[in-house]
Amino acid sequence: MKSLEELRAIREKMQKQIDIRENSADDIRVVVGMATCGIAAGARPVLTAFLEEVAKRELKNVTVTQTGCIGVCRLEPIAEVYVPGEEKVTYVKLTPEKVPRIVAEHLVNHNPVTEYTIGAAE
Amino acid sequence: MKELSLHLLDIAQNSIAAGARHVDLTVEERGELIQLTVADDGRGMSPAFLASVTDPFTTTRTTRKVGLGLPLLRLAAEQTGGELRVESQLGVGTTVTATFHADHIDCPPLGDTASTVALLAQGLPEGMELTYTRRTGRGEFRFDTAEIRAVLGPDVPLSEPEVAEWMRSYVAEGEGETA
Repeated sequence: MKSLEELRAIREKMQKQIDIRENSADDIRVVVGMATCGIAAGARPVLTAFLEEVAKRELKNVTVTQTGCIGVCRLEPIAEVYVPGEEKVTYVKLTPEKVPRIVAEHLVNHNPVTEYTIGAAE
Repeated sequence: MKELSLHLLDIAQNSIAAGARHVDLTVEERGELIQLTVADDGRGMSPAFLASVTDPFTTTRTTRKVGLGLPLLRLAAEQTGGELRVESQLGVGTTVTATFHADHIDCPPLGDTASTVALLAQGLPEGMELTYTRRTGRGEFRFDTAEIRAVLGPDVPLSEPEVAEWMRSYVAEGEGETA
């Protein structure tokens, strides 16, 4: 059974990492579109997959956030990746299966997965 | 939408957009009826906007002239013989109630409510809280982000992936006991 004790343990672990995190100016942002269009197209499992993958790899410099309609509803689910100092990358028609590769290649190794981007889809 | 819980996720986004400080989600099973409620204390709607709010060509969004969240929910509910009610008052808030007949062949499954609740909590804007109540004939489960924040303290936000994962399992297990 999941308990609040477990949550306290997570807090303690996180608090130890906060100092390290505050020193890093290179925070990467992943923004997933969660409007009606995104949700209907399957954005919920995609967002869950990003959170799982970032938690699993303990990527402390990555924040995963949600936004409304990005504006290209027919290409949902969409996620935008912002790496400081690099151009924004827009991934389209995402599935949970595509997420681990984006996390490994783009968020960790800074090589965008070109074949999943809006440029490749258009 | 393939699951009722996806409608819940979608409609709750409206409460966030309405600048609510609290949003209360309820999923209640009573016999063959499933009732979903999203109640917020956001900015509310004018009577004129409210009158046309389930019209797909009424929306507050700026990227398109259509808004399909409430129309789709209304359609889904009515297809099962149920209904959608929207009550709203400017400056007070909005309550959306959708009733489904679970024994109707067109009723979608309730689906992964735990993911919906955890992801909403993960993406809550600062200063906003969410409660989730699951009620069945066998019991009640309640989840409140204010309680979770009290445990986490000021330094660890709900948006942390590990916290989101914990919330999802916690809600899944907790509401599983009412199933």
